[in-house]
Amino acid sequence: MSQESPVLAEPDEITDMPETSEPFEIEDFLAAEQQKDLLRFTTAGSVDDGKSTLIGRLLYDSRSVYEDQVKAVTRSHAGEADAIDFAQLTDGLRAEREQGITIDVAYRFFATTKRKFIIADTPGHEQYTRNMVTGASTAELAIVLVDARKGILTQSRRHAFISSLLGIRHVVAAINKMDLVDFSEEVFAQHQRDLLSLAEKLEIPELLCIPISALNGDNVVTRSERTPWYLGPTLLEHLESVPIAEYLQHAPFRLPVQRVIRPHQNFRGFAGQIASGIIKVGDAIVALPSGQTSRVQSIQTFDGALESAFAPQSITLTLEDEIDISRGDLISHQANTPVSTANFEASLVWLHAEPFTAEKTYLLKHASQTVKARLNVTHRLDIETIEQESAQSLSLNEIGKAIVKTSRPLMVDAYRDNRITGSFILIDPANNATVGAGMVRHAEALEPAETRSEQKTGALLLLPQENIIPTLEAAFLASGEDVVVTRIQKPEVWRTLLRAGFIVMVPADASTQTEIVTLNAGGEFAKQTLLEADHETIQQKVTQLKKEAEQNDREF
Amino acid sequence: MATAVYSPSRHDAVPPARLTHLQMLEAESIHIIREVASEFQKPVMLYSIGKDSSVMLRLAQKAFHPGPIPFSLLHVDTGYKFREMLEFRDAYTRELGLNLIVWRNEDALEKGANPIALGTQRCCGLLKTQALLDGLRAHGFDAAFGGARRDEERSRAKERIFSFRDSGGQWDPKNQRPELWNLYNGRIGPGESIRVFPLSNWTELDIWHYIHLEKIPIVPLYFAKERRMLVRGDSLIPVEQPFVKGLPGEEQWVRCRLRSLGCSPCTGAIRSDADTVPKIIAELISFRSSERANRIIDHDQDGSMEIKKREGYF
Repeated sequence: MSQESPVLAEPDEITDMPETSEPFEIEDFLAAEQQKDLLRFTTAGSVDDGKSTLIGRLLYDSRSVYEDQVKAVTRSHAGEADAIDFAQLTDGLRAEREQGITIDVAYRFFATTKRKFIIADTPGHEQYTRNMVTGASTAELAIVLVDARKGILTQSRRHAFISSLLGIRHVVAAINKMDLVDFSEEVFAQHQRDLLSLAEKLEIPELLCIPISALNGDNVVTRSERTPWYLGPTLLEHLESVPIAEYLQHAPFRLPVQRVIRPHQNFRGFAGQIASGIIKVGDAIVALPSGQTSRVQSIQTFDGALESAFAPQSITLTLEDEIDISRGDLISHQANTPVSTANFEASLVWLHAEPFTAEKTYLLKHASQTVKARLNVTHRLDIETIEQESAQSLSLNEIGKAIVKTSRPLMVDAYRDNRITGSFILIDPANNATVGAGMVRHAEALEPAETRSEQKTGALLLLPQENIIPTLEAAFLASGEDVVVTRIQKPEVWRTLLRAGFIVMVPADASTQTEIVTLNAGGEFAKQTLLEADHETIQQKVTQLKKEAEQNDREF
Repeated sequence: MATAVYSPSRHDAVPPARLTHLQMLEAESIHIIREVASEFQKPVMLYSIGKDSSVMLRLAQKAFHPGPIPFSLLHVDTGYKFREMLEFRDAYTRELGLNLIVWRNEDALEKGANPIALGTQRCCGLLKTQALLDGLRAHGFDAAFGGARRDEERSRAKERIFSFRDSGGQWDPKNQRPELWNLYNGRIGPGESIRVFPLSNWTELDIWHYIHLEKIPIVPLYFAKERRMLVRGDSLIPVEQPFVKGLPGEEQWVRCRLRSLGCSPCTGAIRSDADTVPKIIAELISFRSSERANRIIDHDQDGSMEIKKREGYF
């Protein structure tokens, strides 16, 4: 192409360009360019699913690849001049080129006439779950690749699961290599049934199946004549029309304060990026965790003051009253605040070769603050069956549930409601590595953080010998304990009574053994079976367990 | 003719239903810059005088408005930068009232280091990478902003926004911290540092479009005019240094401009009529040839950018 001419010689070759033979007007182009929004999506697939080929195809067909990059990856086979190795366009580092697989998250950029796109290209290799989680954390849409010849393999299931776990609302299952199954409608329909039932199980709100051939380009950018039975959009059409983060503005207002800007005595601004919602001048706000209230005096930006602002804008608020706010605090409307808690349940992905250990105090970064945290893993999720099993530890690339206790309360929302105020990372203070990623499951305090230091811990006895109860009751009462005898079998009632510090005695089936139940630091039941069930042994054991549990609770 | 209107500042505006891609990128970059300023003891912004640095500097102004930028700028001067770059640097930073630190590897320069004598790889190693590492160490900076973008080159496509460097300033592509959501891990041990790339998700077109909309000043070398060049095949080599000598007849007046700014002996110009930002954008989208192609140094060997990055270069 001639470099002398600033005017495009081949306008219809570039999707960014108006597809007319009219002279190209840069002002028109810029005006159109300015209207584009931005969709972030992630791709995942097994090593041979053709993921890199698909991305290469999207980049190439949308003319996002520059010619010198294409030249560098064009292989000259005899008789097959200039075959482009699409996968090579996207594989980056030397180590990868040597191994022939993508080993890390790579970010790719392309644009069409409607929209700009950022792809988080993540590896499919099993040991790199952490990279998939990383890529999915900022994505609004996920493309899961399925080999048409094989159907849903472990990898596809894993990717769909991670997409769901990371709160991605739009999932596309690209049924690839349709050319190798003769573009069979039946094969596609079978995979689609399987995938839709998987989506239902994973609670993915939207899953779309598209039959494609990344290698040949069928239904990627252009509609394939070889799938006349497929009436849905091509992959690119879908990417161009999916709504972007519209829910963010409807969610309650959250501003994690990153920094206080105070250039002189008459200006005190609270700077941050709005995590969700809309704020207007005059709105009544509350600063958390202090609970102090005020109204928005102004919304400042370099480009002038705003009457209102919304997520995800970066702004600076000034308030009508002088209240004490610093980095790590959160500003919200008074009506709809996040939960302030130092004890909550979270999903946890382990990202480091050194496994999780309950003995360690980790650093937890949430929004704009970092606190100390102790965690108790309660479950591990089997990614194949999507079933959970009880567990105490997690290793690299494992996903589980944990009870999180923090040294100071955090202002959290459930992750499914807010990805910013619902997420956190864990850092190992010994080597500063990022070792875990967490998502708040329920925005509710497992126990009120303020009263935790005065927390009493009770014990519950399951007693097969009912005749021992009056003796025990008298003995506990004599030592100053509060005692309740009940036949109620509901765990939530037990938990409440235990938290209130009661000794609870429950008559049990005569064929069972005597058991003592306490609450551990994570708020879970811990059971001990007693072989000797005379009242003195029981009383001794109960006193000992109560003491241990209370010590556990004072750890912070 | 429709003109571009980009006005986050309209007082009467009802919030639009969405942000444009540039507004989203701007908001993300400001968040990153504020995180660094708040979490590190002594951050610095690497200022290369190029278009990306100019955008990064504008974003820093926006991040702390109405306050001042709370860190210094560091320019690593190889000694072979274009004269117009240095003039622009001094005038612009003075106008904005910024604290500018200039660092040169004087030792190597005194010993006559130049790309012709040493070859581009060794010359870059001494005057860019070594000077950068020395400058950061001498001032004890624990975080350094760089204007690199992920769309520039393949090894940069997987660079983190917070890129961890060991006490030698080096980058290990296999041992990077996972980076999730907008939660950046800025914790470091003694001697270690973080390189921060707030423009990671911008493309070359985004940069130019933003310069256009924001009317950000840039070095005049980006704009086409008649310049003295060595014409050698397709290459236009700027004549500024005495050791850049042509064969008889090679030196000519050519209407040209620079697509990216580096050292004058190693940054080729292109023939061009683009003397405004919109014309540059028009030229850019008609080229379909990535901007670093005119940098002689990246083509030294396959994966050469990755090798430089491992050694400590941006």
